[in-house]
Amino acid sequence: MTLLAQSPMSLHDTYAAPVEHRFNPYSENGGTILAIAGADFSVIAGDTRQSEGYSIQTRYARKVFQLTDNAVLATNGFAADGKNFVRRLKQSLEWYQHNHHKQMGLKAIARLIQTMLYGRRFFPYYVYNILGGIEEDGSGAVYSFDPVGSYEREACRAAGAAQALVQPFLDNQIYFKNQQPEPGAEPFVPGRLPLSTVLGLVVDSFTSATERHIEVGDGIEIFIVMAKGRSPESLLDEKLGEGMTIEEVPPVGEGGEERTFLLSGPLKRD
Amino acid sequence: MTVQIQPQEEAVGFDFSNYARNQFLGQHMNGLPKATSTGTTIVGLKFGGGDSGEEEGVCLGADTRATAGDIVADKNCEKIHYLTPMIRCCGAGTAADTEFVTNLISSNLELHALSQGRPVRVVTAMTMLKQYLFRYQGHVGAHLVLGGVDSTGSHLFTIHAHGSTDKLPYVTMGSGSLAAMAVFESAYKPYLKREEAVALVARAIRAGIFNDLGSGSNVDVSIITKAGCETLRNYEMPNERGVKSRNYKFRRGTTAWVKENIRSLIVKEDVKITSGAGKEQPGIEPHPVPVGAGPGGEEGMDVDS
Repeated sequence: MTLLAQSPMSLHDTYAAPVEHRFNPYSENGGTILAIAGADFSVIAGDTRQSEGYSIQTRYARKVFQLTDNAVLATNGFAADGKNFVRRLKQSLEWYQHNHHKQMGLKAIARLIQTMLYGRRFFPYYVYNILGGIEEDGSGAVYSFDPVGSYEREACRAAGAAQALVQPFLDNQIYFKNQQPEPGAEPFVPGRLPLSTVLGLVVDSFTSATERHIEVGDGIEIFIVMAKGRSPESLLDEKLGEGMTIEEVPPVGEGGEERTFLLSGPLKRD
Repeated sequence: MTVQIQPQEEAVGFDFSNYARNQFLGQHMNGLPKATSTGTTIVGLKFGGGDSGEEEGVCLGADTRATAGDIVADKNCEKIHYLTPMIRCCGAGTAADTEFVTNLISSNLELHALSQGRPVRVVTAMTMLKQYLFRYQGHVGAHLVLGGVDSTGSHLFTIHAHGSTDKLPYVTMGSGSLAAMAVFESAYKPYLKREEAVALVARAIRAGIFNDLGSGSNVDVSIITKAGCETLRNYEMPNERGVKSRNYKFRRGTTAWVKENIRSLIVKEDVKITSGAGKEQPGIEPHPVPVGAGPGGEEGMDVDS
Protein backbone atom coordinates (compact mmCIF):
# COMPACT_ATOMS: atom_id res chain seq x y z
CA MET A 1 0.00 0.00 0.00
CA THR A 2 1.49 3.26 -1.11
CA LEU A 3 0.26 5.17 1.89
CA LEU A 4 2.36 3.06 4.24
CA ALA A 5 5.40 3.08 1.98
CA GLN A 6 5.78 6.82 2.47
CA SER A 7 7.12 8.15 5.72
CA PRO A 8 4.35 9.97 7.59
CA MET A 9 6.50 13.08 7.87
CA SER A 10 6.72 13.58 4.10
CA LEU A 11 2.95 13.92 3.91
CA HIS A 12 3.08 16.99 6.11
CA ASP A 13 6.37 18.46 4.93
CA THR A 14 5.61 21.15 2.36
CA TYR A 15 9.28 21.82 1.60
CA ALA A 16 10.34 18.24 0.88
CA ALA A 17 10.78 18.75 -2.87
CA PRO A 18 13.12 21.40 -4.32
CA VAL A 19 11.19 24.42 -5.56
CA GLU A 20 11.92 25.48 -9.13
CA HIS A 21 11.63 29.19 -9.93
CA ARG A 22 11.02 30.10 -13.57
CA PHE A 23 9.63 33.03 -15.51
CA ASN A 24 6.12 32.31 -16.76
CA PRO A 25 5.56 34.18 -20.02
CA TYR A 26 1.80 33.51 -20.07
CA SER A 27 -1.13 35.08 -18.31
CA GLU A 28 -4.88 34.44 -18.43
CA ASN A 29 -7.05 37.50 -19.03
CA GLY A 30 -10.58 36.15 -18.62
CA GLY A 31 -13.55 37.05 -20.77
CA THR A 32 -15.69 34.95 -23.04
CA ILE A 33 -16.37 34.77 -26.80
CA LEU A 34 -18.98 32.99 -28.86
CA ALA A 35 -20.09 32.64 -32.47
CA ILE A 36 -23.22 31.28 -34.14
CA ALA A 37 -23.73 30.61 -37.86
CA GLY A 38 -27.01 31.21 -39.67
CA ALA A 39 -28.12 30.30 -43.20
CA ASP A 40 -26.97 33.62 -44.70
CA PHE A 41 -25.35 35.38 -41.74
CA SER A 42 -22.83 34.81 -38.98
CA VAL A 43 -22.75 36.32 -35.50
CA ILE A 44 -19.46 36.67 -33.59
CA ALA A 45 -19.53 38.13 -30.09
CA GLY A 46 -17.32 38.81 -27.06
CA ASP A 47 -17.40 40.71 -23.78
CA THR A 48 -15.01 43.64 -23.30
CA ARG A 49 -13.58 43.02 -19.83
CA GLN A 50 -9.89 42.22 -19.49
CA SER A 51 -8.79 40.96 -16.08
CA GLU A 52 -5.92 39.33 -14.26
CA GLY A 53 -6.60 37.55 -10.99
CA TYR A 54 -9.18 39.58 -9.06
CA SER A 55 -8.28 42.87 -10.81
CA ILE A 56 -9.84 44.47 -13.87
CA GLN A 57 -7.12 45.70 -16.24
CA THR A 58 -9.61 47.49 -18.48
CA ARG A 59 -13.37 47.52 -18.93
CA TYR A 60 -12.98 47.96 -22.68
CA ALA A 61 -10.56 45.73 -24.54
CA ARG A 62 -11.52 44.40 -27.95
CA LYS A 63 -11.66 40.67 -28.39
CA VAL A 64 -13.52 40.58 -31.75
CA PHE A 65 -11.87 41.91 -34.91
CA GLN A 66 -13.00 42.41 -38.48
CA LEU A 67 -10.47 40.70 -40.79
CA THR A 68 -12.01 41.02 -44.26
CA ASP A 69 -15.41 41.95 -45.70
CA ASN A 70 -16.62 38.42 -44.94
CA ALA A 71 -14.57 37.32 -41.93
CA VAL A 72 -14.52 38.30 -38.24
CA LEU A 73 -12.20 36.74 -35.65
CA ALA A 74 -12.77 36.47 -31.90
CA THR A 75 -9.76 35.77 -29.65
CA ASN A 76 -9.70 34.73 -26.02
CA GLY A 77 -7.09 33.67 -23.47
CA PHE A 78 -3.82 35.56 -23.09
CA ALA A 79 -4.66 39.06 -24.35
CA ALA A 80 -1.11 40.00 -25.42
CA ASP A 81 -0.82 36.87 -27.57
CA GLY A 82 -4.30 37.48 -28.99
CA LYS A 83 -3.46 41.03 -29.98
CA ASN A 84 -0.18 39.99 -31.60
CA PHE A 85 -1.76 37.05 -33.39
CA VAL A 86 -4.47 39.26 -34.91
CA ARG A 87 -1.84 41.83 -35.95
CA ARG A 88 0.23 39.22 -37.82
CA LEU A 89 -2.86 37.59 -39.32
CA LYS A 90 -4.10 40.93 -40.66
CA GLN A 91 -0.71 41.60 -42.19
CA SER A 92 -0.72 38.20 -43.84
CA LEU A 93 -4.19 38.92 -45.27
CA GLU A 94 -3.00 42.29 -46.57
CA TRP A 95 -0.09 40.66 -48.41
CA TYR A 96 -2.52 38.17 -49.89
CA GLN A 97 -4.67 41.01 -51.20
CA HIS A 98 -1.66 42.75 -52.75
CA ASN A 99 -0.49 39.52 -54.39
CA HIS A 100 -3.84 38.24 -55.65
CA HIS A 101 -5.97 41.41 -55.98
CA LYS A 102 -8.76 39.86 -53.98
CA GLN A 103 -9.59 39.14 -50.37
CA MET A 104 -8.88 35.73 -48.91
CA GLY A 105 -11.88 33.45 -48.58
CA LEU A 106 -13.13 32.31 -45.18
CA LYS A 107 -12.08 28.71 -45.67
CA ALA A 108 -8.56 29.80 -46.64
CA ILE A 109 -8.34 32.13 -43.62
CA ALA A 110 -9.25 29.19 -41.38
CA ARG A 111 -6.42 27.12 -42.89
CA LEU A 112 -4.03 30.09 -42.58
CA ILE A 113 -4.87 30.40 -38.89
CA GLN A 114 -4.13 26.71 -38.46
CA THR A 115 -0.68 26.97 -40.03
CA MET A 116 0.13 30.12 -38.06
CA LEU A 117 -0.89 28.49 -34.77
CA TYR A 118 0.89 25.21 -35.46
CA GLY A 119 3.99 27.17 -36.45
CA ARG A 120 4.31 27.97 -32.78
CA ARG A 121 3.69 24.37 -31.66
CA PHE A 122 6.35 24.46 -28.95
CA PHE A 123 5.80 28.05 -27.76
CA PRO A 124 2.11 28.49 -28.59
CA TYR A 125 -0.01 31.59 -28.78
CA TYR A 126 -2.05 31.01 -25.62
CA VAL A 127 -5.25 31.92 -27.44
CA TYR A 128 -8.55 30.26 -28.31
CA ASN A 129 -9.80 31.58 -31.67
CA ILE A 130 -13.28 31.52 -33.17
CA LEU A 131 -13.61 32.63 -36.78
CA GLY A 132 -17.00 33.58 -38.16
CA GLY A 133 -18.16 34.88 -41.51
CA ILE A 134 -19.60 34.09 -44.89
CA GLU A 135 -18.31 31.20 -46.98
CA GLU A 136 -17.78 31.57 -50.76
CA ASP A 137 -21.10 29.77 -51.37
CA GLY A 138 -22.87 32.48 -49.34
CA SER A 139 -23.57 30.39 -46.25
CA GLY A 140 -22.81 31.52 -42.69
CA ALA A 141 -19.93 29.65 -41.07
CA VAL A 142 -18.10 29.33 -37.77
CA TYR A 143 -14.63 27.81 -37.34
CA SER A 144 -13.22 27.14 -33.88
CA PHE A 145 -9.55 26.54 -33.04
CA ASP A 146 -7.47 25.29 -30.14
CA PRO A 147 -4.21 27.13 -29.28
CA VAL A 148 -2.03 24.89 -31.52
CA GLY A 149 -4.21 24.88 -34.62
CA SER A 150 -6.68 22.02 -34.47
CA TYR A 151 -9.88 23.35 -36.06
CA GLU A 152 -13.37 22.43 -37.14
CA ARG A 153 -16.33 24.06 -38.89
CA GLU A 154 -19.40 24.20 -36.63
CA ALA A 155 -22.80 25.88 -36.30
CA CYS A 156 -21.91 27.42 -32.95
CA ARG A 157 -19.10 27.60 -30.40
CA ALA A 158 -18.34 29.32 -27.10
CA ALA A 159 -14.84 29.72 -25.65
CA GLY A 160 -13.09 31.37 -22.75
CA ALA A 161 -13.75 31.77 -19.04
CA ALA A 162 -17.47 31.01 -19.20
CA GLN A 163 -17.30 28.33 -21.89
CA ALA A 164 -18.51 25.73 -19.41
CA LEU A 165 -21.56 27.89 -18.69
CA VAL A 166 -22.43 28.98 -22.22
CA GLN A 167 -21.68 25.96 -24.44
CA PRO A 168 -24.27 23.65 -22.80
CA PHE A 169 -26.85 26.42 -23.19
CA LEU A 170 -25.98 26.73 -26.89
CA ASP A 171 -26.07 22.95 -27.37
CA ASN A 172 -29.60 23.01 -25.98
CA GLN A 173 -30.86 26.09 -27.79
CA ILE A 174 -29.00 25.82 -31.15
CA TYR A 175 -28.61 22.06 -31.59
CA PHE A 176 -31.78 21.31 -29.53
CA LYS A 177 -29.85 18.76 -27.48
CA ASN A 178 -31.92 16.98 -24.83
CA GLN A 179 -35.11 18.26 -26.45
CA GLN A 180 -37.61 15.90 -28.04
CA PRO A 181 -38.93 17.29 -31.34
CA GLU A 182 -42.58 18.17 -31.54
CA PRO A 183 -44.60 15.31 -33.09
CA GLY A 184 -44.74 15.81 -36.85
CA ALA A 185 -42.00 18.46 -36.84
CA GLU A 186 -39.66 18.85 -39.82
CA PRO A 187 -36.23 17.19 -39.50
CA PHE A 188 -33.70 19.41 -37.71
CA VAL A 189 -30.87 21.10 -39.67
CA PRO A 190 -28.26 22.96 -37.56
CA GLY A 191 -27.40 26.58 -38.40
CA ARG A 192 -30.78 27.60 -39.78
CA LEU A 193 -32.18 29.76 -36.95
CA PRO A 194 -33.42 33.28 -37.77
CA LEU A 195 -31.18 36.24 -36.89
CA SER A 196 -33.56 37.65 -34.26
CA THR A 197 -33.49 34.34 -32.36
CA VAL A 198 -29.72 34.10 -32.58
CA LEU A 199 -29.18 37.67 -31.33
CA GLY A 200 -31.52 37.02 -28.40
CA LEU A 201 -29.57 33.88 -27.48
CA VAL A 202 -26.23 35.71 -27.74
CA VAL A 203 -27.36 38.59 -25.49
CA ASP A 204 -28.87 36.18 -22.94
CA SER A 205 -25.69 34.05 -22.98
CA PHE A 206 -23.63 37.06 -22.00
CA THR A 207 -26.00 38.54 -19.40
CA SER A 208 -26.24 35.09 -17.77
CA ALA A 209 -22.48 34.46 -17.88
CA THR A 210 -22.02 37.91 -16.28
CA GLU A 211 -24.35 36.87 -13.43
CA ARG A 212 -22.42 33.74 -12.53
CA HIS A 213 -18.83 34.27 -13.71
CA ILE A 214 -16.66 36.89 -12.06
CA GLU A 215 -14.44 37.45 -15.13
CA VAL A 216 -17.30 38.26 -17.54
CA GLY A 217 -18.91 41.69 -17.74
CA ASP A 218 -18.57 45.43 -18.50
CA GLY A 219 -19.61 45.37 -22.16
CA ILE A 220 -20.62 43.25 -25.12
CA GLU A 221 -19.69 43.55 -28.80
CA ILE A 222 -21.62 41.53 -31.37
CA PHE A 223 -20.43 41.49 -34.99
CA ILE A 224 -22.99 40.43 -37.58
CA VAL A 225 -21.76 39.50 -41.05
CA MET A 226 -24.51 39.30 -43.69
CA ALA A 227 -24.32 37.48 -47.00
CA LYS A 228 -24.68 39.64 -50.09
CA GLY A 229 -28.28 38.77 -50.94
CA ARG A 230 -29.56 39.51 -47.47
CA SER A 231 -31.36 42.73 -46.60
CA PRO A 232 -29.99 44.46 -43.50
CA GLU A 233 -33.43 46.01 -42.92
CA SER A 234 -34.37 42.96 -40.85
CA LEU A 235 -31.53 43.86 -38.49
CA LEU A 236 -32.52 47.49 -38.08
CA ASP A 237 -36.02 46.38 -37.14
CA GLU A 238 -34.60 44.36 -34.22
CA LYS A 239 -35.86 45.33 -30.82
CA LEU A 240 -32.49 46.12 -29.28
CA GLY A 241 -31.75 45.57 -25.60
CA GLU A 242 -31.36 48.44 -23.16
CA GLY A 243 -28.46 50.73 -24.06
CA MET A 244 -27.64 48.75 -27.21
CA THR A 245 -26.38 50.60 -30.25
CA ILE A 246 -25.86 49.39 -33.81
CA GLU A 247 -23.54 50.68 -36.50
CA GLU A 248 -22.32 49.44 -39.85
CA VAL A 249 -18.63 48.57 -39.96
CA PRO A 250 -17.03 49.99 -43.11
CA PRO A 251 -15.74 47.34 -45.54
CA VAL A 252 -12.05 46.49 -45.60
CA GLY A 253 -11.90 46.02 -49.36
CA GLU A 254 -14.05 47.24 -52.24
CA GLY A 255 -17.29 46.57 -50.36
CA GLY A 256 -20.73 46.22 -51.84
CA GLU A 257 -21.16 42.50 -51.25
CA GLU A 258 -21.18 41.18 -47.68
CA ARG A 259 -21.99 43.77 -45.00
CA THR A 260 -20.77 43.79 -41.40
CA PHE A 261 -22.62 45.39 -38.50
CA LEU A 262 -21.50 45.97 -34.91
CA LEU A 263 -24.07 45.70 -32.15
CA SER A 264 -22.66 46.85 -28.80
CA GLY A 265 -24.10 47.38 -25.36
CA PRO A 266 -23.37 47.43 -21.64
CA LEU A 267 -23.09 44.49 -19.25
CA LYS A 268 -23.04 44.55 -15.45
CA ARG A 269 -19.81 45.98 -14.03
CA ASP A 270 -19.54 44.14 -10.68
CA MET B 1 -6.12 -11.27 33.46
CA THR B 2 -7.51 -7.86 34.10
CA VAL B 3 -7.91 -5.34 31.33
CA GLN B 4 -6.45 -1.96 32.08
CA ILE B 5 -8.80 0.71 30.82
CA GLN B 6 -6.82 3.76 29.77
CA PRO B 7 -8.56 7.05 30.48
CA GLN B 8 -9.67 8.16 26.98
CA GLU B 9 -8.48 11.54 25.85
CA GLU B 10 -11.48 13.81 25.53
CA ALA B 11 -12.54 14.27 21.89
CA VAL B 12 -12.71 18.02 21.52
CA GLY B 13 -12.53 20.27 18.45
CA PHE B 14 -11.70 19.21 14.90
CA ASP B 15 -10.96 15.65 13.85
CA PHE B 16 -7.71 15.49 11.84
CA SER B 17 -7.69 11.69 11.44
CA ASN B 18 -8.47 11.90 7.71
CA TYR B 19 -5.78 14.51 6.99
CA ALA B 20 -3.13 12.12 5.65
CA ARG B 21 -5.69 10.22 3.61
CA ASN B 22 -7.04 13.44 2.06
CA GLN B 23 -3.55 14.70 1.17
CA PHE B 24 -2.88 11.34 -0.48
CA LEU B 25 -6.14 11.45 -2.43
CA GLY B 26 -5.43 15.06 -3.39
CA GLN B 27 -2.20 14.00 -5.10
CA HIS B 28 -4.09 11.47 -7.18
CA MET B 29 -6.94 13.78 -8.18
CA ASN B 30 -6.95 17.36 -9.43
CA GLY B 31 -6.16 18.68 -5.96
CA LEU B 32 -8.43 18.76 -2.94
CA PRO B 33 -12.02 20.06 -3.23
CA LYS B 34 -12.29 23.82 -2.90
CA ALA B 35 -14.31 25.41 -0.11
CA THR B 36 -16.70 28.26 -0.89
CA SER B 37 -14.84 31.42 -0.14
CA THR B 38 -16.41 34.79 0.38
CA GLY B 39 -14.01 36.71 -1.89
CA THR B 40 -15.16 39.78 -0.18
CA THR B 41 -15.14 43.44 0.64
CA ILE B 42 -15.88 44.17 4.31
CA VAL B 43 -15.28 47.47 6.09
CA GLY B 44 -15.76 49.21 9.43
CA LEU B 45 -15.70 52.85 10.44
CA LYS B 46 -15.91 54.72 13.76
CA PHE B 47 -17.98 57.89 13.73
CA GLY B 48 -19.57 60.48 16.02
CA GLY B 49 -18.12 61.99 19.21
CA GLY B 50 -15.76 64.98 19.25
CA ASP B 51 -17.17 68.07 17.59
CA SER B 52 -19.64 66.16 15.39
CA GLY B 53 -22.35 66.77 17.98
CA GLU B 54 -23.57 63.22 17.53
CA GLU B 55 -23.39 60.09 19.60
CA GLU B 56 -20.35 57.95 18.82
CA GLY B 57 -20.72 54.56 17.20
CA VAL B 58 -19.44 52.17 14.57
CA CYS B 59 -20.66 51.51 11.07
CA LEU B 60 -19.97 48.16 9.39
CA GLY B 61 -20.42 47.32 5.71
CA ALA B 62 -20.19 44.26 3.44
CA ASP B 63 -20.85 43.19 -0.13
CA THR B 64 -23.05 40.13 -0.78
CA ARG B 65 -21.14 37.96 -3.30
CA ALA B 66 -19.89 34.48 -2.36
CA THR B 67 -17.58 32.71 -4.82
CA ALA B 68 -16.26 29.21 -5.42
CA GLY B 69 -13.18 29.77 -7.58
CA ASP B 70 -14.28 32.04 -10.44
CA ILE B 71 -17.96 31.06 -10.19
CA VAL B 72 -20.45 33.13 -8.20
CA ALA B 73 -21.91 30.71 -5.62
CA ASP B 74 -24.34 33.15 -3.92
CA LYS B 75 -25.41 36.52 -5.31
CA ASN B 76 -26.97 37.81 -2.11
CA CYS B 77 -25.37 36.24 0.97
CA GLU B 78 -25.13 37.85 4.42
CA LYS B 79 -21.66 38.66 5.67
CA ILE B 80 -22.55 40.82 8.69
CA HIS B 81 -22.96 38.30 11.50
CA TYR B 82 -24.71 38.79 14.84
CA LEU B 83 -22.59 38.32 17.98
CA THR B 84 -24.57 40.12 20.70
CA PRO B 85 -27.32 42.76 20.58
CA MET B 86 -24.64 45.47 20.50
CA ILE B 87 -21.80 43.68 18.67
CA ARG B 88 -21.64 42.67 14.98
CA CYS B 89 -18.91 40.93 13.02
CA CYS B 90 -18.22 41.00 9.27
CA GLY B 91 -16.59 37.86 7.86
CA ALA B 92 -14.27 37.27 4.92
CA GLY B 93 -12.41 34.13 3.91
CA THR B 94 -13.85 30.61 4.03
CA ALA B 95 -17.64 31.00 4.22
CA ALA B 96 -18.22 28.05 6.55
CA ASP B 97 -15.47 29.17 8.94
CA THR B 98 -16.80 32.73 9.28
CA GLU B 99 -20.30 31.35 9.84
CA PHE B 100 -19.31 28.78 12.47
CA VAL B 101 -16.75 30.86 14.32
CA THR B 102 -19.18 33.77 14.75
CA ASN B 103 -22.00 31.42 15.79
CA LEU B 104 -19.81 29.70 18.37
CA ILE B 105 -18.44 32.92 19.82
CA SER B 106 -21.96 34.40 19.82
CA SER B 107 -23.17 31.49 21.98
CA ASN B 108 -20.21 31.76 24.33
CA LEU B 109 -20.72 35.52 24.65
CA GLU B 110 -24.37 34.96 25.59
CA LEU B 111 -23.32 32.46 28.29
CA HIS B 112 -20.67 34.90 29.47
CA ALA B 113 -23.21 37.71 29.70
CA LEU B 114 -25.56 35.46 31.68
CA SER B 115 -22.85 34.32 34.11
CA GLN B 116 -21.57 37.86 34.68
CA GLY B 117 -25.00 39.44 34.75
CA ARG B 118 -24.07 42.30 32.41
CA PRO B 119 -23.61 42.91 28.66
CA VAL B 120 -20.28 41.71 27.29
CA ARG B 121 -17.64 44.12 26.02
CA VAL B 122 -16.31 44.23 22.48
CA VAL B 123 -12.77 43.41 23.71
CA THR B 124 -14.15 40.20 25.21
CA ALA B 125 -15.54 39.15 21.84
CA MET B 126 -12.26 40.14 20.20
CA THR B 127 -10.21 38.13 22.72
CA MET B 128 -12.39 35.03 22.41
CA LEU B 129 -12.20 35.18 18.59
CA LYS B 130 -8.44 35.69 18.42
CA GLN B 131 -7.72 32.95 20.99
CA TYR B 132 -9.93 30.51 19.08
CA LEU B 133 -8.36 31.41 15.72
CA PHE B 134 -4.80 31.27 17.09
CA ARG B 135 -5.46 27.78 18.45
CA TYR B 136 -6.12 26.60 14.87
CA GLN B 137 -2.99 28.27 13.45
CA GLY B 138 -4.80 29.89 10.52
CA HIS B 139 -6.55 26.68 9.42
CA VAL B 140 -9.87 28.24 10.41
CA GLY B 141 -9.93 30.73 7.53
CA ALA B 142 -11.91 33.54 9.12
CA HIS B 143 -10.83 37.14 8.51
CA LEU B 144 -13.06 39.40 10.54
CA VAL B 145 -14.05 43.00 11.12
CA LEU B 146 -15.51 43.32 14.61
CA GLY B 147 -17.45 46.35 15.82
CA GLY B 148 -19.78 47.27 18.62
CA VAL B 149 -20.67 49.50 21.53
CA ASP B 150 -20.32 48.63 25.24
CA SER B 151 -20.05 50.33 28.64
CA THR B 152 -16.59 51.65 27.71
CA GLY B 153 -17.60 53.20 24.37
CA SER B 154 -17.50 52.17 20.73
CA HIS B 155 -14.83 49.83 19.40
CA LEU B 156 -13.60 48.56 16.06
CA PHE B 157 -11.15 45.71 15.39
CA THR B 158 -9.85 43.52 12.61
CA ILE B 159 -8.98 39.91 13.38
CA HIS B 160 -6.85 37.85 11.00
CA ALA B 161 -7.15 34.09 10.57
CA HIS B 162 -3.88 33.48 12.45
CA GLY B 163 -5.13 35.40 15.48
CA SER B 164 -3.55 38.84 15.17
CA THR B 165 -5.74 41.88 15.81
CA ASP B 166 -5.71 45.61 15.07
CA LYS B 167 -7.63 48.41 16.75
CA LEU B 168 -8.17 51.24 14.27
CA PRO B 169 -10.68 54.02 13.50
CA TYR B 170 -11.33 52.68 9.98
CA VAL B 171 -10.63 49.20 8.65
CA THR B 172 -11.15 47.04 5.54
CA MET B 173 -10.66 43.32 4.87
CA GLY B 174 -11.10 40.70 2.17
CA SER B 175 -10.05 40.64 -1.49
CA GLY B 176 -11.62 44.08 -2.00
CA SER B 177 -9.82 45.60 1.00
CA LEU B 178 -7.44 47.65 -1.15
CA ALA B 179 -10.24 49.16 -3.24
CA ALA B 180 -12.21 50.00 -0.09
CA MET B 181 -9.20 51.32 1.81
CA ALA B 182 -8.38 53.62 -1.12
CA VAL B 183 -11.77 55.26 -0.53
CA PHE B 184 -11.23 55.49 3.25
CA GLU B 185 -7.73 56.91 2.87
CA SER B 186 -9.00 59.61 0.54
CA ALA B 187 -12.18 60.59 2.42
CA TYR B 188 -11.96 59.54 6.08
CA LYS B 189 -11.86 62.19 8.75
CA PRO B 190 -12.47 61.85 12.49
CA TYR B 191 -15.85 62.69 14.04
CA LEU B 192 -18.00 62.03 10.97
CA LYS B 193 -21.75 62.38 11.33
CA ARG B 194 -23.79 59.21 11.21
CA GLU B 195 -25.21 59.99 7.76
CA GLU B 196 -21.73 60.75 6.41
CA ALA B 197 -20.33 57.55 7.91
CA VAL B 198 -23.02 55.38 6.30
CA ALA B 199 -22.46 57.10 2.94
CA LEU B 200 -18.67 56.61 3.19
CA VAL B 201 -19.02 52.95 4.14
CA ALA B 202 -21.40 52.35 1.23
CA ARG B 203 -18.96 54.10 -1.11
CA ALA B 204 -16.07 51.93 0.13
CA ILE B 205 -18.11 48.75 -0.40
CA ARG B 206 -19.13 49.97 -3.87
CA ALA B 207 -15.45 50.44 -4.70
CA GLY B 208 -14.94 46.79 -3.81
CA ILE B 209 -18.03 45.62 -5.69
CA PHE B 210 -17.03 47.33 -8.94
CA ASN B 211 -13.23 47.05 -8.84
CA ASP B 212 -12.63 43.67 -7.20
CA LEU B 213 -13.82 40.58 -9.09
CA GLY B 214 -14.21 38.64 -5.80
CA SER B 215 -16.82 41.13 -4.58
CA GLY B 216 -20.16 42.05 -6.11
CA SER B 217 -23.95 42.46 -5.98
CA ASN B 218 -25.36 44.51 -3.07
CA VAL B 219 -24.29 46.66 -0.11
CA ASP B 220 -25.21 45.61 3.45
CA VAL B 221 -24.72 48.14 6.29
CA SER B 222 -24.96 47.91 10.09
CA ILE B 223 -24.87 50.95 12.38
CA ILE B 224 -24.27 50.45 16.09
CA THR B 225 -24.63 53.27 18.63
CA LYS B 226 -25.45 53.33 22.36
CA ALA B 227 -29.11 53.56 21.30
CA GLY B 228 -28.91 50.16 19.60
CA CYS B 229 -28.02 48.38 16.39
CA GLU B 230 -29.64 49.13 13.07
CA THR B 231 -29.02 46.64 10.24
CA LEU B 232 -29.72 47.87 6.71
CA ARG B 233 -29.85 44.69 4.63
CA ASN B 234 -29.39 45.45 0.91
CA TYR B 235 -28.94 49.15 1.66
CA GLU B 236 -27.94 49.63 -1.97
CA MET B 237 -28.71 47.32 -4.89
CA PRO B 238 -26.67 48.63 -7.83
CA ASN B 239 -26.49 45.33 -9.70
CA GLU B 240 -29.98 44.08 -10.45
CA ARG B 241 -30.32 41.77 -13.41
CA GLY B 242 -32.21 43.06 -16.42
CA VAL B 243 -34.94 41.13 -18.21
CA LYS B 244 -33.91 38.27 -20.48
CA SER B 245 -34.56 38.89 -24.16
CA ARG B 246 -36.01 35.42 -24.78
CA ASN B 247 -38.41 33.14 -22.99
CA TYR B 248 -37.07 29.71 -22.02
CA LYS B 249 -40.26 27.84 -21.20
CA PHE B 250 -40.11 24.33 -22.61
CA ARG B 251 -42.96 22.69 -24.49
CA ARG B 252 -44.71 19.89 -22.59
CA GLY B 253 -43.20 16.59 -23.74
CA THR B 254 -39.70 18.05 -24.32
CA THR B 255 -38.00 15.54 -22.01
CA ALA B 256 -37.46 12.05 -23.44
CA TRP B 257 -38.31 9.02 -21.35
CA VAL B 258 -37.20 5.40 -21.52
CA LYS B 259 -40.13 3.67 -19.89
CA GLU B 260 -43.67 4.59 -18.99
CA ASN B 261 -45.38 2.87 -16.08
CA ILE B 262 -48.75 4.02 -14.84
CA ARG B 263 -49.93 2.57 -11.57
CA SER B 264 -53.18 3.16 -9.79
CA LEU B 265 -52.58 4.39 -6.28
CA ILE B 266 -56.21 3.83 -5.33
CA VAL B 267 -56.72 0.52 -3.46
CA LYS B 268 -60.24 -0.87 -3.86
CA GLU B 269 -61.80 -3.28 -1.38
CA ASP B 270 -65.34 -4.55 -1.01
CA VAL B 271 -66.51 -4.38 2.56
CA LYS B 272 -69.51 -6.41 3.69
CA ILE B 273 -71.35 -4.90 6.57
CA THR B 274 -72.13 -7.33 9.38
CA SER B 275 -73.16 -6.68 12.91
CA GLY B 276 -70.98 -9.47 14.30
CA ALA B 277 -68.49 -12.10 13.21
CA GLY B 278 -70.31 -14.53 10.92
CA LYS B 279 -73.69 -13.64 12.37
CA GLU B 280 -76.57 -14.37 10.06
CA GLN B 281 -78.46 -11.42 8.84
CA PRO B 282 -81.36 -11.14 6.47
CA GLY B 283 -80.16 -10.69 2.88
CA ILE B 284 -76.43 -11.14 3.65
CA GLU B 285 -74.49 -14.31 2.96
CA PRO B 286 -72.24 -15.12 5.92
CA HIS B 287 -68.60 -15.68 4.91
CA PRO B 288 -67.37 -19.03 6.16
CA VAL B 289 -63.96 -18.94 7.88
CA PRO B 290 -61.97 -22.18 7.32
CA VAL B 291 -61.08 -24.04 10.50
CA GLY B 292 -57.42 -23.88 11.43
CA ALA B 293 -56.61 -21.12 8.93
CA GLY B 294 -54.04 -18.47 9.69
CA PRO B 295 -50.78 -18.58 11.64
CA GLY B 296 -50.40 -21.58 13.91
CA GLY B 297 -53.37 -23.29 12.31
CA GLU B 298 -53.33 -26.77 10.91
CA GLU B 299 -53.43 -25.80 7.24
CA GLY B 300 -51.54 -22.54 7.44
CA MET B 301 -48.21 -23.68 8.81
CA ASP B 302 -45.86 -26.63 9.17
CA VAL B 303 -45.24 -27.39 12.79
CA ASP B 304 -42.07 -29.23 13.83
CA SER B 305 -42.86 -32.53 15.44
